[in-house]
This record gives sequence, C-alpha cells and structure tokens, in this order.
Amino acid sequence: MRKVRAWLLRFKGLFLKDDHDFADELESHLQMHIDDNIRAGMSPQEARRVAVMKLGGVDQAKEAYRDRATIPFLESVVQDLRFTFRQLRKNPAFTITATAMVALGIGASVAIFAFVDAALIKPLPYKDPSHVLFVTETTPEMPRAALSYLDYLDWQKLNRVFDSMDVYGQAGYVINTAEGMEMVDAARVSAGFFHTLGVSPLLGREFHAGEDLPEAPRTLILSYASWQKRFGGKQEVIGQSITLNETPHTIIGVLPQNFHFALVENAEFWTTLNTGGGCFTLRSCHNLNGVARLKDGVTIDAALADLTRIAKDLEAQYPDSNLNQGATVAPLSEVIVGDVRPVLLLLLGGAGLLLLIACINVASLLLVRSETRRRELAVRRALGATRARLIRQFVIEGFVIVVAGSIAGLISSHWAMQILRGFIPADMIAGMPYLNDLGLNSRVLMFALALAGFAAALFALTPSLRLTTLDVRDGMAEGSRGSAGKVWTRIGSKLVILELTTAMVLLVGAGLLGKSFYRLLQVGAGFETNHLVTMSVSAPRTVYGEDEKAVALGRKVVDQIKSLPGVRSVAVTSLLPLTYNGNTIWIRFAGRAFNGEHNEVNERCVSSDYFKTLQARLLRGRTFTDAEDLSKPQVVVINQTLAKKYFPGEDPIGQRIGDIDLSPGSIREIIGIVDDIREGPLDSDIWPAIYKPFNQYPDSDFELVVRTAPTEESLITTVSDVISGIDARINISNQTTMRERVNNAPTVYLRRSSTWLVGGFATVALLLGVVGLYGVIAYSVSQRTREIGVRIALGAQRGTVYRLILKEASVLALAGIVIGTGCAILAASLMRKLLFGTPPWDITTLIGVAALLGASALVASFLPARRAASVDPMSALRAE
Amino acid sequence: MSKTEIWQGTLALMILKTLETLGSLHGYGIARRIEQISGDRLALNYGTLYPSLLKLEQEGWIISEWGVSENNRKAKYYKLTRSGRKQLEREAKEWNQTTAIVARFLEPVEDQS
Repeated sequence: MRKVRAWLLRFKGLFLKDDHDFADELESHLQMHIDDNIRAGMSPQEARRVAVMKLGGVDQAKEAYRDRATIPFLESVVQDLRFTFRQLRKNPAFTITATAMVALGIGASVAIFAFVDAALIKPLPYKDPSHVLFVTETTPEMPRAALSYLDYLDWQKLNRVFDSMDVYGQAGYVINTAEGMEMVDAARVSAGFFHTLGVSPLLGREFHAGEDLPEAPRTLILSYASWQKRFGGKQEVIGQSITLNETPHTIIGVLPQNFHFALVENAEFWTTLNTGGGCFTLRSCHNLNGVARLKDGVTIDAALADLTRIAKDLEAQYPDSNLNQGATVAPLSEVIVGDVRPVLLLLLGGAGLLLLIACINVASLLLVRSETRRRELAVRRALGATRARLIRQFVIEGFVIVVAGSIAGLISSHWAMQILRGFIPADMIAGMPYLNDLGLNSRVLMFALALAGFAAALFALTPSLRLTTLDVRDGMAEGSRGSAGKVWTRIGSKLVILELTTAMVLLVGAGLLGKSFYRLLQVGAGFETNHLVTMSVSAPRTVYGEDEKAVALGRKVVDQIKSLPGVRSVAVTSLLPLTYNGNTIWIRFAGRAFNGEHNEVNERCVSSDYFKTLQARLLRGRTFTDAEDLSKPQVVVINQTLAKKYFPGEDPIGQRIGDIDLSPGSIREIIGIVDDIREGPLDSDIWPAIYKPFNQYPDSDFELVVRTAPTEESLITTVSDVISGIDARINISNQTTMRERVNNAPTVYLRRSSTWLVGGFATVALLLGVVGLYGVIAYSVSQRTREIGVRIALGAQRGTVYRLILKEASVLALAGIVIGTGCAILAASLMRKLLFGTPPWDITTLIGVAALLGASALVASFLPARRAASVDPMSALRAE
Repeated sequence: MSKTEIWQGTLALMILKTLETLGSLHGYGIARRIEQISGDRLALNYGTLYPSLLKLEQEGWIISEWGVSENNRKAKYYKLTRSGRKQLEREAKEWNQTTAIVARFLEPVEDQS
C-alpha cells in the first residue's frame, strides 16, 4: 500500500512539478549551513564553498531529488511527448496528412468490421444458437424448398437427431386500427417454435403444446416493437383480445426486445399454425420451413443423414407427392447471413487493404522525415543520446499519430456505419434485423485497438530500421549524402511496390465487380422494366372471397385505372416478375407416358393484358382475352423454356396439360408461347412457367402492374386512390415502380453497393499509391541532383535525363503491376461467388487496370523527371 | 567505521530515529544531528538526505511543513507521523536482529568448540 501511494505521488510529480519548493528548501539549508560556518570563523565565501561542497553540489542535489520526486523513465517519455507535439505542430501539413490517412484507413476498416460483427460474429439471440438448425425439403430444382405439414409431422416423429423440431410460415393479417384497415406482417408457428429457438417471452408465456391445433382457442404473442407501438408497452396487454382477419385472438405473451428472426420479416404478431384443413392436409402443399434444435453431440452431417433416411422412406411410401423430395439442413445463422457473408468479407478485405496502403504511406512519410532530421539525430547521438532513446522518439511520434488518427477514425466510423446502413433499402433491412444494434461495441473497439497497434508497430519499425544504419559522423557532415539516402530509397521503393500492388488488387476487384454489375443489368428481364408501377392489392376475403366477386373486382380495378391519364395499359398477376422462382405446380402432359416424375414449373395467374403491359414478346399463338373466364374452356400460355424443355421439335400449341393425376378439372389447352420472363432475381435461371388466365383462377389478393407514360412516380398515389375509391376496405401495399424494385433487389443492391464501396477504396488506394511513387521518385531526384548536374555538364541530353528518371519509376510501377496482377487474380478467385458472367482472370479488366495504374505512375514520375531534366548543371555543381 | 557513505535504508532509519528524539526538525538539523551522533565518524553527503526525506514523506512516515528556524530563517520542518513511529519500531527491531545475527558470525572462532 505504502509503495503504491509513493508511486502514485511520483506519477503525480510527472505533471505537477514543484521545483520551487525544493529550491527554497535547499536555499534555506545552505543559509543555515553558511550561518554556522561563519559562526565557526570562516569568511562568507569560504562558508558558502564548504556548504555547497558538503551538499555535493546544488544541481546534483536537485537532480537526485527530482529522480525521487518523479519517475525518471516516464519523465523522459513525457519529454519526448512534448518534443513530439512541438515537432508535429511545426509541420501541420505532415501531421494532418498522416493523421487523416490513419483515420481514413481505421475508420473504413472499423465501420465495415462493425457490419461483419453484427452479421457474422455476434451470435443469434437464442439459447445455444449453434445448436439451432434450419431444416427443410429440397428438390432437384430448388436447393431449399418449403416443407409440407404432413412431412414435417413425420420428420418430427421419426428423427433421432433433434431435441425438438418446429415449423413456421410467413403470414399477414388485416387488423382494424383507428386509421382504418391495416395489413400487418406476422408469422405462424407450431406450438414449440420458441422453445426450439430457446427464447422465453419477456411477458406472459409461450404457446402450450397443442395450441396450434384447430380446436384450440386462438392466441398470439407480440413482438417487442409491436407491443411498444400498438399497446404503449403496457403490462396489462396480456389477456387482451385483438381481432386479426375478423377472428379474435388472445394476447398471451410479449417477446424480448433483442429477439429477432430474420427469416420472417417484420413479424409483429406470432400466431399458431391452426392446422385444420386446406394446405395442412396435403403432402404436396409446401408452405412451411423448419427449425430444429440439435441433440448434444450430434453433428449436422449426422442430422442430414437421418433426415435423408426419413425422406427416402416417405418417398417410397408416398411416391405421388414425395418423389425427389429430399432433406436439407444448415445452421440457422448460415441461412440468415449466408448471402451477405461474401460481400461483407470482401468489403472487410478491401478496407483492410486500404488501411495497409494508408499505413505504408504514413510510414514512408515518417521515413522521409527521419531522413530530413538526419543531422538533428546525429547531433543528439553525438551528445550522448542512446540509440534506444532516439528510436523511442520515433516510436512515440508514430504512437501520437496513431492515437490521433484512431480517435478521428473511430468517430468517423460511427458516422460511416449509420450512413452505410441508411443506404440499405428498407426491404433488405427487414431481412437483416441483426443490424439493429450495429455500433461501436466492445468487440469492434478491440478490433480498432488491434488495428491501431498494428499501425503503431509499423510506424515504430520503419524509422527504427532506418536508424540502425545511422552513422554519426556521416550524419553530421555538412551536406553529406553517404549511404543513408540510398538506404531510404531502397526501403522506400519496396514500400512503394507494396502500395502499388495493393492498389492493383483493389482496382482489379472493383473492376471485376463493376463488370459483373454491368453484366447483371444487361441480363434481359424479358420485359421492359421502365415506366411500370406495381403494388400489392389485398381485398377482404369475406367480401371478395367468391370467384365471381374476385373476377369482378379485378375487372373493375383494371378498367378504372386504364382510363387514368398517363396510363397505357393495366394488368393483374398472382406474383410479380423478378421476385422469385417458386409458387410452382407439377404438370403432366395429356397423351404422354408418365411415370410419376415431377415436372415442376412456375405458375402465375395473370389478366388478359399482362403480356402487353409488361411488353413481353409473344412468340407463337395468342394470349388470353378478358372474356376467357370460368365459363369458358381452360387455357394456358407457356414460356419458351417450357416449350423447349417439354416440346422439343414439337408444336406445343393445342397440346393439353393437367395436374399430376390429369384430373378433368385441371386439363387446359396451350394457346400461346411467350418469350421468357425472368420470374426470379436477375442472377437466377429461367424456369419453365405457365401463365393461367386470372379470370379462371381469381383471387382477392393480387399484384397490380401499370404501364405508364415516362412519369410513373406521379401515378403511384393516383392509382392507389382509385383502388381505395372502389372499396376503402381494400388494403394496398408495396406501392413502387419496377425500376425501384430492380434497384433495391438484394442481388442488384449487394453488387451495386459492393462495387461502389470497393471502387471507392480502390480510388483512394490508387491515389495513395501514386502519391507514394511520386514521393520516392522526387526524393531520389533530389538526392541525385549533383549526379544529374554532372551528367548534363558532360553533355547528357535532357531526353537521357528523362529516360533515366522514368526508367527508375517504371521499374517500380512494373513490379507493382506484375506482382499486383498475380495477387489480384488470387484475390478475385476468392470472391468468385460475387462475380457474375466475369471470370476472376477477366483479361480486359486486368489490362484496363494495368494501363490505368501504369498511366498514373507515369504522370506521377513525370513531374520529378521534368525537374531533373531542368537541373542547371552550374548551380547543381556549385551547390555542393 | 571510516567516514563511509551510508546506504539508503540505514539513513532512513537514522532520520526516523532523529525525528523521534527531537520531534520536529529541518533537513539541515537532521543532517547535523546524524553527524553528531555518529561522533563525526559518518561523512554524510547532505544532498542525499533530501531524496530520502522525500521518500519517507511519499510513504507517509513523515510529514513536512514550512516554519521558521531558531535563527529566524525560513525552513522546512519534518516530523514523524503516527504510522512513522510504528515503522521506526519495526525497523529498529529488524536492525537489532540483523546486527545480532551478523555479530554472532563475527565472534572469534575459538569460542566454538
């Protein structure tokens, strides 16, 4: 304790110096001694001399005292710090440049890392999240196909690998609020769902076993956000009733604030499946997905093997419905973040390279400074400063820059995170609830600390390496330029090659991403995506549930909107294009042999003007007329892929297709073939598809597509108003344009944003790399002024001097480009997943980037070369 | 003992003992007192006294305050704290033990059988 107290006092002494106090004490000591000496008969001079001698010298006494009053080692560190601050203040250009570069590198890396942390590192808010699996069926067409309820029951009963298994499905409910009808996102789950996830409600209880059966009273659990928004966060909410789709539900619980389940977007209400009737009785109706908790000690592979065994048994037992229906299992986190992982890792890599290049640049700046301070260092060395002390000076200088840069970087990363998050389209954010608590948490701060440590080490190392070669006499000599300049040029040029290599990698990455993005946008959607307004229309089933009423509603909506000014054409469909491949049916061809295979095709129910509205191309036959409704023979339009796959060398027109049993009600005649419309995302394959007349398969829920004049945005509200005018109880959502949808689609967004970000990193890297090259060449020219002067004096032409300098630069640039190309191809093959229609070794990109880098390097070295060529031999020689 | 330089721990003990005997005293007085007690056999470098005083003060055994000397000179006076008094007892005991042990080693050899 006493020791600690003493150290603290000494530490305090570092900053609060009271030299005067001791000077006074010493003075009084001397006076008393002198008084005594005089009393003993000495002369005043003699008295003073003896007193000082007895003290062992005034300054020595003071120094001994100060060593005890403070901590000598730290004392000198504080001195170095003061000196560093003075130096940095004297060179604001250097200080600001270096700090800004560190801030840029650290800021970008930390911001990206925060996303990586939120998405990939932070565990899901469930108990033992690594045990929670996503479980579903798989078909040859779809790696992850939905699960049917009856299959689920068998899987649940027969598996030996799960503690529990449950299912969920997306849902939407209409509720009555003070503002009128509102469509609310929800999820329907089997009773044990939250138990399987390992989530306990914040308030109330989970669903009891059996609460998902048809005879059970209807209950629901609120999300935390919904509880806050709709019920003001009141405790009494438990036991209250709320009416969803005109059925009263009792609120039994509220989920914790940190709960999220990204696979059901924005779900406010969690209700039970209510498994009676409809889809739940059909093994072929796939409308659910599963989650399961793995038993301790069971591997994912073992789980997959077990489920595959069950699926095989079911396939043998129910060949009609379960042919080729396999099982697939993956960690839940993998399913949630699998798509963004490569993008995030790519961006993290990009930001890391940017940080590297920024640090190298600062390191070379420090080197240059150590070079210009050669004489100062030599003098200090000659005056007795140890090499360690001199090195420490540089370490401290690097440390100060890193601390300042890191603080600036952390602050800017906080902003950058918010800005980057703000750029993510709302639809995508809904699928990324894990980004909700994005921020500077302890892991992110640790990461920042590690980066700062790396930067500090780098900055400390480079000048120290340089210092070990410092020769005192050489440094002191006036205007000398012994080996030291060459040493710097050698280290510096290696650093520049590293910088150019890094820039090359980033540029190639950006180039490949940009090209992939371009290729993606070149992919035909199969229809004209511009000037198209789309929205989802949901009419109350109790009013429009009957087929005739739904048909009448569809016609009314189309007719009224068609007459609006600026509207060219209107249609409805069951599902918009460019959403997903899915909503499939199994078809069978009349008059052909059949052995139970599943001919899975996309199924869309569209109104008569659908193809005209999309401007899809009709290849053969005709499309529907509005008159072809329930009273007319059933017809269907197929896409070209279906025609090619199932009617090779045959005319499909007039052929008939039906369901898997060819039941009489399902038979319809093919009347036309349209060119492929891309139903899934832009990077997806085209599947065979059939288009049925909406009027023969009507629904009270449908999607509206409106072809408009070039001012489509202005029509969005007008169109919505017209529908509300038809019936105020109709719910309208997702009002937007097809162009917006394309731009905000995850495939497009992820590519666009990563292209922009990596492009930004690459631009900065290029700039830094070129500046670095300029620095090295300019320095080399300044060192060789005399040599160049001699050459010119001896008759060298300006052109020769140019060549001399440009050759030096191009060796460096070439080395950077060659090494960079190799590294870039390696790096690009790591990001192959993100490329689209572009190989990692795409030759045009590589050549383009090499040319860009080469040209920039040329420009950067041209300036010093010109200076070299314009050296006046007389003054160059005299200057020495 | 010839006019030896004395080491830190011993000096600290001497300072504490001096302050116990004389109560409040300034640095110069302490130095003179130590020399007197030693019968001028210790050549104290007065400069080394002050770091020792500072150390004792940092450790809380003594406190200091400015006062006026008998000859009307401004001087800094040191005195023992209560814990300093206990520390002195402890150190004196340790010192006695140590010297006793060392003394036994140095007893004439013929005393042993």
